[in-house]
Amino acid sequence: MDQFIIAGQPYASRLLVGTGKYKDFDETRRAVDASGANIVTVAIRRTNLGQDASQPSLLDALPPSQYTYLPNTAGCYSADDAIRTLRLARELLDGHDLVKLEVLGDPRSLYPNVVETLHAAKILVKDGFKVMVYTSDDPIIAKQLEEIGCVAIMPLASLIGSGMGILNPWNLQIIIDQAQVPVVVDAGVGTASDAAIAMELGCDAVLMNTAIAQAKDPVLMASAMKKAVEAGREAFRAGRMPKKIYSASPSSPTSGIIGT
Amino acid sequence: MIQITINGATRQIQQTLNLAQLLEEMQLAGKRVAVERNGEIVPRSQYSAMALQPNDQLEIVVAVGGG
Repeated sequence: MDQFIIAGQPYASRLLVGTGKYKDFDETRRAVDASGANIVTVAIRRTNLGQDASQPSLLDALPPSQYTYLPNTAGCYSADDAIRTLRLARELLDGHDLVKLEVLGDPRSLYPNVVETLHAAKILVKDGFKVMVYTSDDPIIAKQLEEIGCVAIMPLASLIGSGMGILNPWNLQIIIDQAQVPVVVDAGVGTASDAAIAMELGCDAVLMNTAIAQAKDPVLMASAMKKAVEAGREAFRAGRMPKKIYSASPSSPTSGIIGT
Repeated sequence: MIQITINGATRQIQQTLNLAQLLEEMQLAGKRVAVERNGEIVPRSQYSAMALQPNDQLEIVVAVGGG
């Protein structure tokens, strides 16, 4: 049985999806449904004071009874803001403690600030949170975050929202090989083959938002990503053949060829 | 009237208002929100017991789409 388990909880899908950047809640719902994801990330934001409170909300489109909400700290540039945001999220979601920590370092690249991330992770773990942590693809930082007690390490494949794909498979490989907790590639996936490559490397799961939401047909791309993650996982488990340069090997019998 | 700050904006409210009444006035009663008062989380169960004080800093948040 090939189970994907985070903090003791099994999940059927190894694809985690974000819920931002969609045209409307209906498209969000249809794309998330097509992705087969069990875990969906959400952001925590101030209520809009001028807004009509009777407007539909994300929670109506994606009932928390059907999905595992993963509140994030997107937009936070300090450990303090990230911690406050997740404490609010825990209250908002009735004590739900599985969270995505990300502390950004630069608004242009959205590259993570790993110093603040380490600091926030320590406090959140001590406070009882189950922390899935977004980080750079630095294997040493990844190891330290694991030692702090994070329940999943989520290195970037490339910059958030860039769609640049898996830029450094070698670092990801080191992180995967050393990790005792799930490794989830978070950020940078652009299309289905990127997700498959991440899974073939041995990642436990992939988290994406923009690749689906900003596709011309988000629902169709969500379906493609579902298959790519499944295919990549199966290929990883199957164990690929070794690469053989200048050593061709025919797939058909070499004897009994006519005319010989 | 007293002055408090809600989500970064100052606002005049009746002096006797508690948090539950304020949320009702803002049409947020029964909505899934979370509230931080002066840096501390206010559990939902304490909304009606939480009398608002002058210069209180409130953050009222919801879950929105995000990645």
